[in-house]
Amino acid sequence: MAYPDHLEALNKAFSGIGVDENSLISIVANSNHEHKKSFRKGCSKLFIEDQNGFERMDQSIIKNLKLEFKRFRDAVVLSLLHPWERDARLIEKAMKKGQKHYDVIVEIACTRSSNELLGARKAYHSLFHHSVEEHLATHVKGCERKLLVALVSAYRYEGPKVNEDVVKSEAEILSNAIKNADKRKPIEDEDTIMILATRSKPHLKAVYEHYNKICDKSLTEDLEAEGILKDTVECLCTPETYFTRILDAGLSVDGDEESKRAVTRVIVTQREALVKEGYAPNKIQGILTGHYKDFILGSLAREEMNKPL
Amino acid sequence: MATLKVPAHVPAPSEDAEQLRKAFEGWGTNEKLIIDILAHRNAAQRNSIRKAYGEAYGEDLLTSLDKELSSDFERAVLLFTLDPAERDAFLANEATKRLTSSNWVLMEIACTRSSYELFNVRKAYHARYKKSLEEDVAHHTTGEYRKLLVPLVSAFRYEGEEVNMTLAKSEAKILRDKISDKHYSDEEVIRIVTTRSKAQLNATLNHYNSAFGNAINKDLKADPKDEFLKLLRAVIKCLTVPEKYFEKVLRQAINKLGTDERALTRVVTTRAEVDMVRIKEAYQRRNSVPLEKAVAGDTSGDHERMLLALIGAGDV
Repeated sequence: MAYPDHLEALNKAFSGIGVDENSLISIVANSNHEHKKSFRKGCSKLFIEDQNGFERMDQSIIKNLKLEFKRFRDAVVLSLLHPWERDARLIEKAMKKGQKHYDVIVEIACTRSSNELLGARKAYHSLFHHSVEEHLATHVKGCERKLLVALVSAYRYEGPKVNEDVVKSEAEILSNAIKNADKRKPIEDEDTIMILATRSKPHLKAVYEHYNKICDKSLTEDLEAEGILKDTVECLCTPETYFTRILDAGLSVDGDEESKRAVTRVIVTQREALVKEGYAPNKIQGILTGHYKDFILGSLAREEMNKPL
Repeated sequence: MATLKVPAHVPAPSEDAEQLRKAFEGWGTNEKLIIDILAHRNAAQRNSIRKAYGEAYGEDLLTSLDKELSSDFERAVLLFTLDPAERDAFLANEATKRLTSSNWVLMEIACTRSSYELFNVRKAYHARYKKSLEEDVAHHTTGEYRKLLVPLVSAFRYEGEEVNMTLAKSEAKILRDKISDKHYSDEEVIRIVTTRSKAQLNATLNHYNSAFGNAINKDLKADPKDEFLKLLRAVIKCLTVPEKYFEKVLRQAINKLGTDERALTRVVTTRAEVDMVRIKEAYQRRNSVPLEKAVAGDTSGDHERMLLALIGAGDV
């Protein structure tokens, strides 16, 4: 039994996103008392020498480990849920968790189709016995409230027709709102909210383009400091950029837990789009591990494998 | 309950379509036949007739009606023939184009339809106008009216009967405080009125009455000239006692010098298949005169006959 090799392997099994279940089985399951002692002594990441003469596991590590073990389970459950239930539950959770998670609500409200969002609202009725806008209006107390309620209430027209004059005037309105940010936060500006929450996506993409022309910078750049208002514009006008950004941030071992969770959410909910644009999961190979990695890679490959069953 | 009377044996849609076509042929139009058919078919039947007519004659029934009929009678027939969701979409779109009463029609549609009906209106709006209802309302209203109307037309209220009494009490208090401070278009007032379920709102307003001695609409009469307050009172009425709201619209339409034909036609065509029975009862209670009599006294000709048929006067 080459202890150092096994020690290295054990460390590796715990150092990705997800855990390497198979390695853990082969290393830990049938290791004896001596092996385990050498693991504990050699694994300073997980164990600390306690003054009472034993190797104590670091509590914060246990917490993180639990999250890593859970990742595969969460991915499976999220994949199995009906998209409407899934989105309703994601919104409810994000709302309860608070301000830092409002971007998830924006993501769902803005990247789903009009009928998918309607479906999520129906599911919300069934699951939580309230309307989603009712809950959001009650639980969100800060400046984000008006925007979030308006975004989840939208039932956007989905045709391509766009009125150039309106596009131009609305790009101006947004530009003015941003210029006056010191007097009034753009996220609380009624006109800004109305435009972003009621116009069709093709219209908003045209507004985005026109803004770029008149302001030299892109709308998302100018909204960098405006929190979920920036996410709103990104999700509505350049969703591919938004999702790529989320995935890049999450596919890093140093990323925080929310960023890592976002990877599961985005891959499961955007699977078809990602596969279509040939999202290359190169990063995934190196960073994800275990069943979680296999599940994610499988999700991204499935379309190709699923041609006529 | 509906006042629409449909005969026990209804001809096949193709037969009805053929009869309607005959009604249009030759000089003049057989209005009585049009009323006999269209005012005595439910929404599903009217849709089938429209389909059969289109297939048989290559023209939308509504187009033919538009060619053959005129003024108030035409409007009544056209409106009633439309599928309810299309009809509301048409009325809403029309309301975003005119001044004054436009806010009322939007409010009426948003507050007296069920959550699913309102969503069907939004779908029909997409199909017909290639825009969303909320974007048109947002574009054509301003200030406190926009703050109220956009959330109202975008609402998808929970429709369960569950009520949280603690919440009812706290929200009644919030409403009371805002009203006392005359902050009628305050965020909290808008939030409660535009997002709570009808059952919850009812409980809140009942508690308001018990706790503060006045029904909320009495307190909202502080400034009789304030148009926004009028609208807000109407919102509350529509959400809690729609038949009373419609009774008042009818009463004011009929009593007005010259009669407000549009309001009369709108209420009759949109409620004939919904709750016109209760509206008639409310009308009789309030005015000591049956609605049929009032309508007959104030309208004439084919328009009168159409309206009377829809409110259940006379035989099937």
